[in-house]
Amino acid sequence: MPEQKRYPAKPNKAYFFATCLVDLLYPEAGLAGMQLIRREGVEVIFPQDQTCCGQPAWNSGYRDEARMVALRQLACFAEDYPVVVPSGSCAGMMRHHYPEMLRGHADESDIEAFCSRVYELTEFLVHVLQIELKDLGEPVKVALHTSCSARREMGVADEHEVLLKQLSKVELLEQARKEECCGFGGTFAIKQPALSAEMVSDKANAIIETGADLLVSGDCGCLMNLGGHLDYRESSIESRHIASFVWERTHATER
Amino acid sequence: MQRNADFHTRTEEALANAQLKASLRSAMDGLMASRKACFPDADAFERLRLRGAQIRVNALSKLPQLLELLERNCTRNGIRVHWAESVDEANETVLGIMREHQAALLIKGKSMVSEEMDLNRFLESHGIECLESDLGEYILQLAGEPPSHIVAPAIHKTRQDIAKLFKQKFPDIPYSEDVDTLTRNARGILRKKFHAASVGLSGVNFAVAESGTLCLVENEGNGRMCTTVPPVHIAVTGIEKVVEKLEHIPPLLKLLTRSATGQRITTYFNMISSPRKTGEKDGPKEVHLILLDNGRSRIYEDEELVNTLRCIRCGACMNHCPIYTRIGGHAYGTTIPGPIGSVLEPQKAGLKSLGELPVASTLCGACAEVCPVRIPIPRLLNRLRFERIRNDHVGTTRGQGSSRTFNEAIAWKAWSWLHRNPVGYRLAMTLVTRLRNILPLGIGPWTQARKAPRIAAKTLHQRAREEGFNDQ
Repeated sequence: MPEQKRYPAKPNKAYFFATCLVDLLYPEAGLAGMQLIRREGVEVIFPQDQTCCGQPAWNSGYRDEARMVALRQLACFAEDYPVVVPSGSCAGMMRHHYPEMLRGHADESDIEAFCSRVYELTEFLVHVLQIELKDLGEPVKVALHTSCSARREMGVADEHEVLLKQLSKVELLEQARKEECCGFGGTFAIKQPALSAEMVSDKANAIIETGADLLVSGDCGCLMNLGGHLDYRESSIESRHIASFVWERTHATER
Repeated sequence: MQRNADFHTRTEEALANAQLKASLRSAMDGLMASRKACFPDADAFERLRLRGAQIRVNALSKLPQLLELLERNCTRNGIRVHWAESVDEANETVLGIMREHQAALLIKGKSMVSEEMDLNRFLESHGIECLESDLGEYILQLAGEPPSHIVAPAIHKTRQDIAKLFKQKFPDIPYSEDVDTLTRNARGILRKKFHAASVGLSGVNFAVAESGTLCLVENEGNGRMCTTVPPVHIAVTGIEKVVEKLEHIPPLLKLLTRSATGQRITTYFNMISSPRKTGEKDGPKEVHLILLDNGRSRIYEDEELVNTLRCIRCGACMNHCPIYTRIGGHAYGTTIPGPIGSVLEPQKAGLKSLGELPVASTLCGACAEVCPVRIPIPRLLNRLRFERIRNDHVGTTRGQGSSRTFNEAIAWKAWSWLHRNPVGYRLAMTLVTRLRNILPLGIGPWTQARKAPRIAAKTLHQRAREEGFNDQ
């Protein structure tokens, strides 16, 4: 059966786990995510000792190396607050893979408790904060790419759409084969360059065919891949993390 | 033995073949759509596949006992059971039966295990002709190619390819690109052969232990012909195909045909439980069952990797795989291609020769989402990625540690050290942001198809502090 999700009431405090890609390449997306949560009256805590969820090493087979990094993250989020992650992929790692990864290496009930309070950003905004957005932006046509882990591991594809559909001047355009992977896959893009290039090119074609002005995604890995490819082709389509996009369109003082 | 480099070469060849790409794309789109139409209710599908998974897990959990029970019940029914630890033993058994009957022609229904055995080549080297009677397999036999898909073996070929092939092999038959005409022509050629062959061979979809019944799923009727017309029928199967009870068949069959081709039921479903009995007017006089191990027992020993053996060979993981869809089955260079092939074949052949396959995946999870018996394929791929580099010599997987390189291992150790030392990490990232205008990022393969990502002027760690987000 699909996981029956239960969401807690709005908390007073929430942790934010940025992810390593956001930290170095897309800090504005992380900041936007934190500002969206803070605007809803929740205090956001950003533990400065956080680094990476460990997924790159885990998916490359370097399990001990990944595990040690994961254990270090657990220590950053000790209090019983929700841990919000602006990535389906890293959230999926922490929520669904940590139990297997850390079995026997930490107190199992601690791990379970931690994993069960990991939320992907859009699901947190939609279900826990029950956010209501007021669109202040100009009309725009948007294509959404939902990462495979957001869709299949975290099951938050609908939440991405629900959030965008709250924006009254955003026209969300459906691309062909929207469930298909963009070809990023972490080290896959480097280890299987020909296959990855073919996949990203097909995905970009489907996005271009929608006539969208903008590509939005909830995962920086996909954005880096797809956005990087669109730029490489000198396409006019810009790419934006869903947190940045939503924040930019709903933040009054910047207008 | 193939090498990892061969996979890259074949992949690039496949990607350069525009016609292959178009054929595969439209075929896979069609198969995905018909499967989807068969499972309109997501909850009902989840319930059904949970049942499917339970049945397969139950069978695997009692595999040794069920195999013995199957042997007893088959023997009681008059089916002769042969055990083969290796492909060589299985081939020799088939050859022995052929010789016993002085048979010069073997007519075959579709069987992936016979592909695994490379049976045709083996028998032909002993002067025995093999004839594939499944239309797709027959086409490939004419073309001298292996199957590229486990359910639709000639899926990579277009109608025009097949028309040209027929013209070349049968110049007397008028050229036609019409599918019905081509099928009729093949049928005409094959029909006579069923009567000429003294031995027929088939695979097995499910072997029922409690009754000694061999189930065979097919659409063309050639399976029924192969198993009833010649006086001798040989069924070959892997030892994992056993299920405990007859009542386990309906859910599995339902899942199999819907997942494979989007059919609610196939045209033919055969349940073979004995040779011809006294007084019966048809059916083979002898039925043999060859149970092939070929590495399966070793896979069985690992409590996680044993899930590989749940597979019921529907091919849905291939149809939904973004990699398979782009390169087709031949690029994998294995009997079983696609996601389940990338899990199964490296375990059989060893990671030394096929260690690249588990890496050639984005772990997107499309396969696991459709698998009718809920095989956690991405998890198993991840596990094999661990097996290929681990150096602690624990476990039974062949070719453990064969892909480990000193440089890669050191790089991950350094990566791990940096990411568990927050002060060092913050310093390093800050340094990277300072050097962002001179650091090359994503050189090499990345920038062959993409612009390099832009390093931010400040990390989120810095900006969170500046914007007043508390650390605790």
